[in-house]
Amino acid sequence: MVEHGDIRVVHCGGSKINFRDPVITHDSRFLLCASGEAVKVFSTSTEECIHELRGHTGLVTGVLLRPSNHLQVYSSSLDGTLRLWDFTDGILIKTCVIGYPIYSFYASDKHENVIFIVASMPKRFQLVAVHLPQSGDQMVEAQELSAVLSGVNPNPAAIAFGRGGEFIASVNDLQLEVYFFKKQKSYRFFLKEDNKKGGWNTFTCVACHPKDDCIATGHEDGKIRLWRNFNHKKEYTYSTLHWHHSTVSSLCFTPEGTNLLSGGVESVLVQWRYNQESERDFLPRLGGAITHITVSPDGSLFCTSHSDNKITIIQSCVKVSAVIQGLVKGDSIRTDLMMDPRSKALVLNGKPGHLQFYSLQRDKLLYNLDIVQQEYIHESGLQQFEVVKAAFDASGSWLATVEERHQKAAELELNLKLWAFDEQTQSFVLNTTISAPHDAQITAMCFCQPTDSQTTLLVSTSKDGHFKAWQLAAPAHTEGPSWLCDFVSAYHGLVPECCSFSADGSLLAVVFQEVVTVWSPSTWELLTTLSQPPGAVSDLCFGRLSCSKYLLGTTASNLLCWNLLTCSLEWTTSMDVRRLVADPLSENMAAFCYQSGSTDLFVFKPSEPRPLFSHKAVCSGKVTQAVFAPREEMLESCEESSQWLNRSQLYFLTQQMDLMTFTTKAEEDRLLASSKQLVIDDSVAMTPFYLLLGKHRQQQQEHQDSDSSLWAERTALPQTSASMKELLQTPAHVLPSTSYLCSMFVQSLLISVSDARSAHAEEEMESEKEEEDSEEEMESSRSKPELAAAAATESDTPALTKAQARELRRVRKLDHSWLAGLLDS
Amino acid sequence: MGEFKVHRVRFFDYMPSAIRTMAFNSQTERLAVARADGAVEIFNFNDNFFQEKVIPGQDGRATEALCWVGHRLFSAGLNGEITEYDLENLRPQYTVDAYGGPIWTISSNSQGTQLAVGCEDGTVKIFAILEERIQFQRNLNRHKGRIISLCWHPSSAQIAAGMTDMIKIFDAETGHATRRLLVDRAMGASKNKEVVVWSVGYLSDHTIISGDSAGKVQIWNGLTGTLVRTYLVTKWDVLVLSVSKDESSVIAGTSEGTVIQFQFISSTVDQHDKEWVRTRTFRNHSHDVSALAHTDTAVVSGGMDTQLVVRPLLDKVEKNTQESALRKIAFPHRSLVGCAKKAGLLLFQFPDRLELWKLGESEGHVCLMYPYFVCRFLQGEDHICCSALSACGGWLAYSTVSSVRLYRIQYNNTISINKVGTLARACSRQPVHLLCASDDGKWLATANTDCEIHIYNLHKMKLHCMVPVYNSCPTTIAIHPVTNNLISVHADQQIFEFSLVQKEYTQWSRRLQAQGLLSLWLERDTPITHITFNPKNPDHIILHDTYMFCIIDQSLPFPELNAVLWNQMTLKSLPVSQRIGQSHAFKICKSFQHLMCVSLLEDLSLVVVERPLLDIMSQLPAPVRQKKFAT
Repeated sequence: MVEHGDIRVVHCGGSKINFRDPVITHDSRFLLCASGEAVKVFSTSTEECIHELRGHTGLVTGVLLRPSNHLQVYSSSLDGTLRLWDFTDGILIKTCVIGYPIYSFYASDKHENVIFIVASMPKRFQLVAVHLPQSGDQMVEAQELSAVLSGVNPNPAAIAFGRGGEFIASVNDLQLEVYFFKKQKSYRFFLKEDNKKGGWNTFTCVACHPKDDCIATGHEDGKIRLWRNFNHKKEYTYSTLHWHHSTVSSLCFTPEGTNLLSGGVESVLVQWRYNQESERDFLPRLGGAITHITVSPDGSLFCTSHSDNKITIIQSCVKVSAVIQGLVKGDSIRTDLMMDPRSKALVLNGKPGHLQFYSLQRDKLLYNLDIVQQEYIHESGLQQFEVVKAAFDASGSWLATVEERHQKAAELELNLKLWAFDEQTQSFVLNTTISAPHDAQITAMCFCQPTDSQTTLLVSTSKDGHFKAWQLAAPAHTEGPSWLCDFVSAYHGLVPECCSFSADGSLLAVVFQEVVTVWSPSTWELLTTLSQPPGAVSDLCFGRLSCSKYLLGTTASNLLCWNLLTCSLEWTTSMDVRRLVADPLSENMAAFCYQSGSTDLFVFKPSEPRPLFSHKAVCSGKVTQAVFAPREEMLESCEESSQWLNRSQLYFLTQQMDLMTFTTKAEEDRLLASSKQLVIDDSVAMTPFYLLLGKHRQQQQEHQDSDSSLWAERTALPQTSASMKELLQTPAHVLPSTSYLCSMFVQSLLISVSDARSAHAEEEMESEKEEEDSEEEMESSRSKPELAAAAATESDTPALTKAQARELRRVRKLDHSWLAGLLDS
Repeated sequence: MGEFKVHRVRFFDYMPSAIRTMAFNSQTERLAVARADGAVEIFNFNDNFFQEKVIPGQDGRATEALCWVGHRLFSAGLNGEITEYDLENLRPQYTVDAYGGPIWTISSNSQGTQLAVGCEDGTVKIFAILEERIQFQRNLNRHKGRIISLCWHPSSAQIAAGMTDMIKIFDAETGHATRRLLVDRAMGASKNKEVVVWSVGYLSDHTIISGDSAGKVQIWNGLTGTLVRTYLVTKWDVLVLSVSKDESSVIAGTSEGTVIQFQFISSTVDQHDKEWVRTRTFRNHSHDVSALAHTDTAVVSGGMDTQLVVRPLLDKVEKNTQESALRKIAFPHRSLVGCAKKAGLLLFQFPDRLELWKLGESEGHVCLMYPYFVCRFLQGEDHICCSALSACGGWLAYSTVSSVRLYRIQYNNTISINKVGTLARACSRQPVHLLCASDDGKWLATANTDCEIHIYNLHKMKLHCMVPVYNSCPTTIAIHPVTNNLISVHADQQIFEFSLVQKEYTQWSRRLQAQGLLSLWLERDTPITHITFNPKNPDHIILHDTYMFCIIDQSLPFPELNAVLWNQMTLKSLPVSQRIGQSHAFKICKSFQHLMCVSLLEDLSLVVVERPLLDIMSQLPAPVRQKKFAT
């Protein structure tokens, strides 16, 4: 088993975009947010990701506009560096090495070249002022560090700059600390741990009014306190606003300080009028608990991050104008990872009660399918319906889902829903709802995947000891066909754990704890039972293609392979396989084994004794969900170790809910090359629409250009100069000084006469040549009727235009031999 | 300490009446509180908020407003009369009819020379305050509509008057209205309901602050007559406003039971342009807050729910001290229950009647006799000041502001009541508020609100001695039946024992003073209102306040100052030797709450009269409707 150097485990998109509060640029056109190890730049109008600022080697923990230059942005990371970017072009300008992992950072207008970072010093978190060294180097190391506050909260919402950077307010637990830079004095205010009415006074977030000395703090019990007069030890005062019923997670003042925005679990954006707090506006039903609120510097756009990995852009607190949705990651994914056979999208639990369809290629959420179709109540501790199982049939025209609600006192509520794909709306439509399909939880569910059969079959196994087969029944009366139970069976009262159809749909294997039973779906006959070493089988998988005679199963300690022809155990190896996945397009199987805290991957063919590929410790923790996603185009890799990745790609979810995949080196190179191609200098986001329209426009533009060059060749001269173009298109901050540029600029304008003339001549010749080329091309493409038409027009109009004259000339040159041939025949 | 058979009495349905208005005198630190039944109570804020004096009410005298002028207290009511109280004899001194219909408000100027009253007929009448009386001086220009609220400018040159739909500013010299400030009506459905300006404040910088029935607190510029800010604080009424002495803070009481504070603070740290900002909200009442006072360190509020709440402002007091604790005064600081120890009778004192009850008897768990109602004494127009029942139950005495009555009760099968005589009241400089005679009838002790305790020898009918004056007012006194020592408990919770024979403090008292009392004892916020003794064990003194009763065993040592007090359950689990080591003089029982009286009968059964606050709350009218979350 050799480690294969050129296959790498990579994060494949879907990383959190709600980790830290996003930043809206001064012109309100871009939204920047930390996403995994990169900073993503989104367009606020089109929701598209324009580019990613990559370079950090750790989790990015903050994005901040540079106060002195609003076209640049700072980002901080756990890798201990601060990086300065030009976000319009996606260029890294400077890297500043701090040396400590940065948890959050702050900057203000007043403190030039000083960045305040929260770093974990020994024992506790400290707020540290970092003086950025003034040097032109790309990579600098910050030497001047001075601690400002100690014992701060690493949560970025817990620290805020006050009016004009005069003071900084930090909250931690039950303490508010205000530090005045001018006086170098800090004031601390404490709240009581818990008052009798069951309130939890713990601070959660802080925001400072931009004009007044007023600090707003959010608390765990949903209260907002507005602190004033805090430059006195005793005579401070605060007023309390209370609307939220649970923790206030984010607070933000609008830039003019007229409004205060707050949000929490309720997923309602509340807008309080400053000094008229009894008047407030609400923007309800934002979809997920609000985690961050930011306001654009001009105050026109609000932007809320939500716990379901979503950023909502709101115009003037009334209208949701854009939604940037990442891969929704709940606390747990209860469904398997699946591929939608039609859209080739990854399907898994999304928002509560929904299935999400996530395009892996474009790293974008396609849509959420509402399965439960009930309003989700945003309150912790409520038991609500959850989608626990889902399955697609082979063609993607049927989707089966299971939702359950398990309340403590009440019995289990279970619904099996079958969804048909509607060609017209291009989405799934509910066909049948079967309430209480089983008496107990459904353990597994799978569709029969026959290649040519017209009837689809669904098998569900349940903890009540039965497995049921469901079939699409003939249309009754006027309604369309619906699903009915076709067959119910049990085996010695054992609980079926999982089930699987063979690739051709002729066999059904159902595992009853330690016994694997094989059934014939056509006659519902128990064909055979397979024996194995003791231990309940937890996962079952038929071999594909040439290996279809094999049936693979896993127990807690073994990976087993039966030969269905001999009905005997072919081979067994001892490993703790947590997840067994079969590639639908090849014989390959992937097994994720959990071993001493991390997960190893083995890719093998059931027929071959040697694994094709193995990778030790792909991630820490257990992997319970994985899927093979077919590639859009096959990879031409000849290396043996990476051949298994040619037809499909393997994706898996780690315990930390990170979506990972495997890439080869060749693939990465190709991606890198294509991404460089895709740099768009225009701010308009790259959408399919743009690609369509943009091409058209480009053609038009070229056309116009050529026209204008014909009309006024003289004026076109200086603009075409390469140095000019470079001068005008390079960002100003990376240019040398103007005095240096000036001479270059003037020189570029001065054209020697001889040069111009020859150039002119050359150009003319070139254009002549081009004309000829095109004529030759046309020769071959032109056909007879067109010719006739041309002739007709010729006779109609005696006065020939220039173009027509050219056409004539061309016709004259034509070879008419083919005509002779025709006549002969 | 022994076990007692307990008579747990809950049939004393005492109902305090709602607080109507209050006035705070910052010179003497006295707060005058007027209740809906016309009673006026004076609290001494220097002496642990002790209720010093009570002037009983009278039927038909509804006090609408109170006003201190120096040491003099004036009140006005809807009967159209202005009353000055005689605070020495605890009765109204004289009444003057204003001849303007019901009076809504009364206010004195800062010099204390003039009183302004606002009348139903729309006049503001100015009275001159003379030495012994007040005299009508003039009417300000009359306007249509009643005058609901008044406030003098500190310079006494202007008066702001709150009316319906407007505030008027009068020139006190000429009597003309100089400005008219129109107050907006409430929005929505009540648009055509006129708005009542319940309260106005006039600050020295000519800022006028008004609270009205539309739930607004508005800040006006009195010079230009323009509205500066509007704070919508409630959906209901803002009933009362109070301005702090330094004019940096205003509090407003609302119908929802909240008190809202506004502070005059600068918006940015360095600059001096200040503005009024709504800051804190205090929620200590369930009903209307109809009376407010802003002292230097606290917000005092009272209202329909009959409780007086003293909420210290934490920015003005030292934190985590006794001063910073919230105080609710729900019951009067004197005993309203009399107990005949031998006869097992209870006398309940109500403002307008007395009730006599016989206690029940039981054997084990079998009830032999239920307590039953014996008789009721109805008093006429004047309300009852105090009452007493003799130990044998044969004598009953009570007094009103004008008379003292003594009854002889005979218990044959039929009850007959004979009025024996009426005694004239003897006058003294400060009113005697406590009186106590020894069991053998030799000694009589009196205590007055000057904190003096006098001892009289009744056999010789002359003053025996005077107990050294302590700086806190005695809340109860008692003479020990065996040792003839005088026990006195004061408003600051100190306990003294004074030997009448030796005319000096006893050794026990000196030891107690030397060691000091437990902080747990000192931090209680209700005064001891009654003392009884154990007839079988002369060492036992039984005292009680509203929340506990305590048996002090004079034979046992005092607990260490920082000692942890164990409860009985943990004590029982200790071995005997350790239990003795833990025993100390103070045995506190908190199993009975809201005590009106604790007394020990002859047969060593304990009578505990409770009046649960919940019962009082349930008898109050329904509060204004408020939206509660998740209802």
